[in-house]
Amino acid sequence: MQQIINFIIKNKNFLLFFLLFDIALLFTIQSHSYHKSKFINSANFLTGGIYNSINNINGYFNLKSQNQLLSEENRRLRSLITNSSNKVDSVFIDSLMFRASYRFFTANVIKNSYALSTNMLTLNKGVKDSIKQDFGVISSKGIVGIVDRTSNHFATVLSILNTTSKISAQLKKTNHFGTLTWNGKSPEFTQLIDIPKIAPVVAGDTIITSGRSSIFPKGVPIGVVEDFELDQAENYYEINVRLFNDMTNIEHVYVIENVNVQELNNLLLSNE
Amino acid sequence: MNNILSVHTVRFITLVIFQVLILNHINFMGYINPYIYILFIALFPIKNNRIILILLSFLLGITIDLFLDTGGIHAAASVFIAYARPVILKTSFGTIYEHQSIKFNTVDFGSKLTYFTLLTVVHHLILFSLEIFSISKILFIVQKTLFSSIFTILLSVVITIIFSRNSK
Repeated sequence: MQQIINFIIKNKNFLLFFLLFDIALLFTIQSHSYHKSKFINSANFLTGGIYNSINNINGYFNLKSQNQLLSEENRRLRSLITNSSNKVDSVFIDSLMFRASYRFFTANVIKNSYALSTNMLTLNKGVKDSIKQDFGVISSKGIVGIVDRTSNHFATVLSILNTTSKISAQLKKTNHFGTLTWNGKSPEFTQLIDIPKIAPVVAGDTIITSGRSSIFPKGVPIGVVEDFELDQAENYYEINVRLFNDMTNIEHVYVIENVNVQELNNLLLSNE
Repeated sequence: MNNILSVHTVRFITLVIFQVLILNHINFMGYINPYIYILFIALFPIKNNRIILILLSFLLGITIDLFLDTGGIHAAASVFIAYARPVILKTSFGTIYEHQSIKFNTVDFGSKLTYFTLLTVVHHLILFSLEIFSISKILFIVQKTLFSSIFTILLSVVITIIFSRNSK
């Protein structure tokens, strides 16, 4: 017993180092797997609060570009309304809620990163604003990511610029679908893999979400095909996708809730 | 003692805030950021207890991780250099370290640069290995380590020069 205590006292520096290093490694490994980053995330009172107050100041500096983005979106939506062919003669009073399968929330990005290989964003909305895990996040131009952890007033978002992120996506003109991943290099490009060789891919094709997962509705724009090549087994294409979104400049985003997700999951589970 | 405590508390908070709110938004050439918060570990008084340094380094790293959503990579790298600091001190300062009488303001520039360089490179190598977490991307890890280290070393030398003049 005496010897054990002596050993501990003698090596206390190393033991402490070893313990703390292992704790840090544990957190690191957790953060590399989806939905496991339990303790260390910026959706808490302290970091969220600091980011929020700094964002209140920083927000003024890019008001102009953000206003431009929003007015561009308004223009697009307005032209959609005016040119839509199916005119309706009667509407429900709360037309947003009638059989809507998706609900939209607005939120502001208070922290963004794109230089790491596991990038996360922080939003200024949380559980009290009905934001929950696995809600999709898009901006006016395209896809941004998926809500990961939430606290009362903040939420972290697993960015599409994250090497662990996997999102189902497809070609706009045909229904060939694959998985959207990121190789950790440029924030302008993501990679679409597992597109079958038979698909007629051409540079410049539009890539959209496929709606196969319960997170994003079908048709959220992602980007255009920059270049593509066959993978090592020569069965599938690996496509470089140039994002519509400028991921380095995001302020206003929409959070999407799939209202039917429970029903959908139950159905899928009962099939198994 | 009280003075030293307050100096280091202020230094801790300032470096974290400076790192998180300013330096992490530099993104020079897309991904190069200096990680200047390790100055806290580098300039920690040598005579003090090693256990305190290791604990404080963990706290420092985990605070940075909290802000950046990076799991525990900064904590791991910081704890490692805090533990390895005596070895690095010995190789860069030689016999002066044996007598426990280093004042960071008075040592010559060359050995100070070696000291910062060793600390920074070790820290960044661990940091980026854990961040990218893939052996197949070893070249990318080395590349990131090299560029970010240059940036960090330059900035830390500049900062120490500025602040040591003020204190004289």
